[in-house]
Amino acid sequence: MKHRVVITGMGVCAPNGIGLEDFSNAIFSGKSGVRFHQKLADLNFGCQIAGKPEIPEGMLDRYFTSLQLRDLQSSGIEYGMIAGVDAWRDAGLEPTEKDTVDYNSGIVFGVSLLGAEKFRSAIYLTDEGKVKRLGSTSVVQTMASGISAYLGGYLGCGNQVTTNSSACTTGLESVLMGYERVRNGDAIRMLVGSCNDSGPYIWGGFDAMRVLTKKYNDAPEAGSRPMQEDANGFVPGSGAGALVLETLESAKARGAKIYAEVLGGAVNSGGQRKGGTMTAPNSEAVQRCIQTAVKNSNVSPQQIDTINGHLTSTGMCPTEIKNWSKALGLKGDDFPYINSLKSMTGHCLAASGSIETVATILELTYNKVFGNINGSNIHPDIIDIVNLNKIPPKTIDFPVTIAAKASFGFGDVNCCMLFKKM
Amino acid sequence: MLQPLMKHKSPLNKLDMNIKHYEDLKGIIKIYLPEDVTIDDIELTSHLTQELNINSANLVDIVLDVEDHFDITIEDDEIEKMETVQSAIAIIESKVIAN
Repeated sequence: MKHRVVITGMGVCAPNGIGLEDFSNAIFSGKSGVRFHQKLADLNFGCQIAGKPEIPEGMLDRYFTSLQLRDLQSSGIEYGMIAGVDAWRDAGLEPTEKDTVDYNSGIVFGVSLLGAEKFRSAIYLTDEGKVKRLGSTSVVQTMASGISAYLGGYLGCGNQVTTNSSACTTGLESVLMGYERVRNGDAIRMLVGSCNDSGPYIWGGFDAMRVLTKKYNDAPEAGSRPMQEDANGFVPGSGAGALVLETLESAKARGAKIYAEVLGGAVNSGGQRKGGTMTAPNSEAVQRCIQTAVKNSNVSPQQIDTINGHLTSTGMCPTEIKNWSKALGLKGDDFPYINSLKSMTGHCLAASGSIETVATILELTYNKVFGNINGSNIHPDIIDIVNLNKIPPKTIDFPVTIAAKASFGFGDVNCCMLFKKM
Repeated sequence: MLQPLMKHKSPLNKLDMNIKHYEDLKGIIKIYLPEDVTIDDIELTSHLTQELNINSANLVDIVLDVEDHFDITIEDDEIEKMETVQSAIAIIESKVIAN
């Protein structure tokens, strides 16, 4: 028997807001989290602006023991714990008692790489011949599954506890993986989400690839410009998003609030063939992924009210819009509303899919479509496909029932998910 | 950083220092105690992992803290002997005095 899967909790640690309240205020009011970072300037980065969550003094004490905090040098674990623990509590759930394991609850929490600062310290000590000085947490702070391990220990989860990794598809893929596990009856609930470290060691490689914008160092909030004619590279970001997925039966039985139902999704790869490369998507695969997700969700394309795209603020935005249009068979005024959270957060990399999914679910919850800031100069190739009124520069009120979210990543990998208000 | 013991110091001073080592070690151990164990539970005879329930993975961190605090080096075979507070102090004492 396949179970219906619903979302009962959410947490977020985003550049423009930490916690659901701050984050929803931010996305619906068009608040940017992109700022100038002196450290990037000092290190001769071309792009000196980035999206980074500002964690208030003392906040981490709620998520870590003083021992864990002592030599914590993994910003991804900080962001992931804030989002993950918040989502659990938002679902009305608590960590288990000391000698109780919750074998019905599991975790899929994705990363690209984790603990870059910690790894840097460890490399210096190792090269100095001081390997003994690495201490006991070098491994757990830098292993990819460190975040799911920290969360699993905090919450007492006894089902599958793992980490997925598929570049910028990671966050959305975690939602799909957790959904499948709950749907198949292998777990009653799964905490899903993803996190991404911040800092120069994470963003440097992208700067070197010349895929980041260099033109807005003196106007950071204007730097991330998805779908704009003058978009010239993305703004690097960081953070974490998390959702609690649960069987509809379980959510009802415990009287949990239900944000939305996960209708279905799809994941695939373009094989780095037919125009697809390590860094560019094979459009045929993108379209197949979207079509399969819609089919798996048992809805027609016309029922989709809004799309939260991948749309990173590079030259690829028009291609993505073309792919959505072809895949759905919709254009002009029939095309759904479309937006990109990246206009406000930058591209949060492995965390983007989960943060953006939280934003999508908030749209369903509040009957709003958040606006695309920096959205006054839409690329002409996009205007040819989508009516301008479907790309709102400011938040609009709209009864959103079904929303689609897609993420695409290096390695030519794709994921698309559909959600429905209950 | 604690000053090395001067050779001319009297036995009384040595005793004072012993107590100070004990208090310093307690201060180091404190942060590694699980939630249900407090600093008041630490006794000279306490077994670090079996009685104070310190995670055995953290023993290497305690050794690093002890090395930094007392400005000494503790060898791997000595770490194995650091089972109780008392045995840890004995190793610290032998090193600090040797300095």
